[in-house]
Amino acid sequence: MQRRVSRGRFLKTLGAAGIAGSTLSILSCQPNTNAAGGGGGGGGGPEEKELALYNWSDYVAKSTIPSFEEKTGIQVTQDFYGSNEDLLGKLQAGATGYDVIVPSDYMVAVMIKSDVVQKLDKSKIPNAKNVGEDYLGLSYDPNNEYSLPYQWGTTGILYNRKEVGELDGTWDPLWDPEFEGQIAMLSDSRETLGAALYRLGYSVNTKDDDELAEAEASLKDQQPLLRGYFISTEVRPLVQNGDVQLGHVYSGDAFLALAGNEDLDYIIPKPRASRWTDNMCIPNGAPHPDNAHKFINHILDAGVGAKLSNYTYYNTPNAAALPKINPALKNLPGYTLTPEIFERLEVIEDVGAKTRKYERIFTEVRSA
Amino acid sequence: MGGKGRGWTLRLVGLLTPITVWLGLFFLVPLLLILAYSFGKSGVYGGITLGFNPGNYLKVFDPLYLEIIIRTFVIAALTTLICFALGYPLAYFITFKGRRWRNALILLVMVPFWTSLLIRAYSWVVILSGNGIANKTLQFLGITDAPVTLIFTSQAVLMGMVYSYLPFMILPLYASLEKFDTRLKEAAKDLGASRWETFWRVTFPLSMPGVIAGSILVFIPSAGEFVIPQLLGGSRTVMTGSLIQSQFGSARDWAFGSALSIMLAALLLAAILFYVRRVGADKLEGV
Repeated sequence: MQRRVSRGRFLKTLGAAGIAGSTLSILSCQPNTNAAGGGGGGGGGPEEKELALYNWSDYVAKSTIPSFEEKTGIQVTQDFYGSNEDLLGKLQAGATGYDVIVPSDYMVAVMIKSDVVQKLDKSKIPNAKNVGEDYLGLSYDPNNEYSLPYQWGTTGILYNRKEVGELDGTWDPLWDPEFEGQIAMLSDSRETLGAALYRLGYSVNTKDDDELAEAEASLKDQQPLLRGYFISTEVRPLVQNGDVQLGHVYSGDAFLALAGNEDLDYIIPKPRASRWTDNMCIPNGAPHPDNAHKFINHILDAGVGAKLSNYTYYNTPNAAALPKINPALKNLPGYTLTPEIFERLEVIEDVGAKTRKYERIFTEVRSA
Repeated sequence: MGGKGRGWTLRLVGLLTPITVWLGLFFLVPLLLILAYSFGKSGVYGGITLGFNPGNYLKVFDPLYLEIIIRTFVIAALTTLICFALGYPLAYFITFKGRRWRNALILLVMVPFWTSLLIRAYSWVVILSGNGIANKTLQFLGITDAPVTLIFTSQAVLMGMVYSYLPFMILPLYASLEKFDTRLKEAAKDLGASRWETFWRVTFPLSMPGVIAGSILVFIPSAGEFVIPQLLGGSRTVMTGSLIQSQFGSARDWAFGSALSIMLAALLLAAILFYVRRVGADKLEGV
């Protein structure tokens, strides 16, 4: 999956993804930081004043890191990855030297099972109390032993209301022949199969072959109507420029588009839709675990959390930060959710060995 | 080996050691690793257990994947043909009609390399999109009255690939034609050959090394391409490169991804050997 990249820093991500696509990167395990050499695990003496953050590109506010450096005197180096799988691959290949990573929900589960992340010491993260209860105890880490949420969002439909009128609030318009050539879907196997599964009334995490076969048939029907499959940051300009009228997007991209254009609208379709969360974790062998805990605590500060979300346009899991969220952002459709809408959001979970089945179906649909 | 003495051997070792180490570390080791992976077993959560599982190769013969491989080769072959059809006349023109502009013209062919392929591919998105320069121009000239679909089609992918790889065709052709002794043309003319005969029986055969080098340089990267189908094809023209990428990525199946990579490399090698034998061998003789 590729997500969480806003503001058209699209080439950078694509570059990262492209490089990661070459098998060579599996061999290059060392992070881009001089922090790698020092520090010995969690025990013993004081740590160097360094922290290596491994993050999605353009996923911190301008002030996030400087304010941490100022407060603690710890120098932060940041590296970027383009997908959860790049991150996992690097850690599994034995990359050490990173202190904080930001994997998405299902990947947290994979990382716990693969034993590449360590348990958090909550006593060092007092600001964990700021996290809203809706964002704790999710299925991928039921007791938040390994992760605390960073940002969250939804996946829905960004569309040009002026051109196509008000949508009916379901997933059906993305299958409507009336919009032939006017639809863009995400190039993400789980989200796009997910849209088909939701529309059929099934769970996004199904392991049932019959349900998956129905979803496959449904996506094959849809394929001729599409402009193509894109990453979310590509869908946004396609809708903004009128290349397509309807786009399947992550909420952050939708909000960036809505903020400048009254004609556009974003809906979280019925009966169900995805909600995803990115989380802060500390990998095994992190050279500066104390600093890592300090950084996580810093992010969960109300003021820091608010500035972060005001910059990225994603939702904050930080209940204490909520009052400081830019009102213009809060009032965008789909940003502030009623309990009724929140209830119907589903968390994408890892489907284990079925992952390959999802991937094969998506390849088959795209080749059809 | 005989007769050159120790000093010569030492110098040879000195000259060849850096490249041998470089290729060994960054080409041979990764290649062997991929070969080993291709017989391994992928873990459910990524990673790999080494072993002997030829099943990864059997999976390549799944009709879905075979179709993608065949499509890849067709697109790569088309790209090569179009590059040749466009590149040969240009290389010919630059060489024989370019005169004092020759170096400047060849420099112009190389200018695109100054910018990353990614940025150039993305600029095509800007040019070809519904509100892009191409559509605006068509509408301004009254040729169309509404935006037409120029992008996210298989034609756009082909165009993008020809655009990206054309210089790889032109440069070897130019290098080959540049060495051409123009007196041979005069000789052919004196012996009564028409211009067409001169070209077909003298110039073209002598440029064959360039044709072969250019074709190979275009064909190989075309067959492994995955950025252009994603950017200009809306990910609907699935090529082997994208398939391999997704195996190492979201499918978390490194073993199958490795098997696909090895198969692609083997098929490319076979195709090139076949091509050089068929087209090359007789033409290359006596060059």
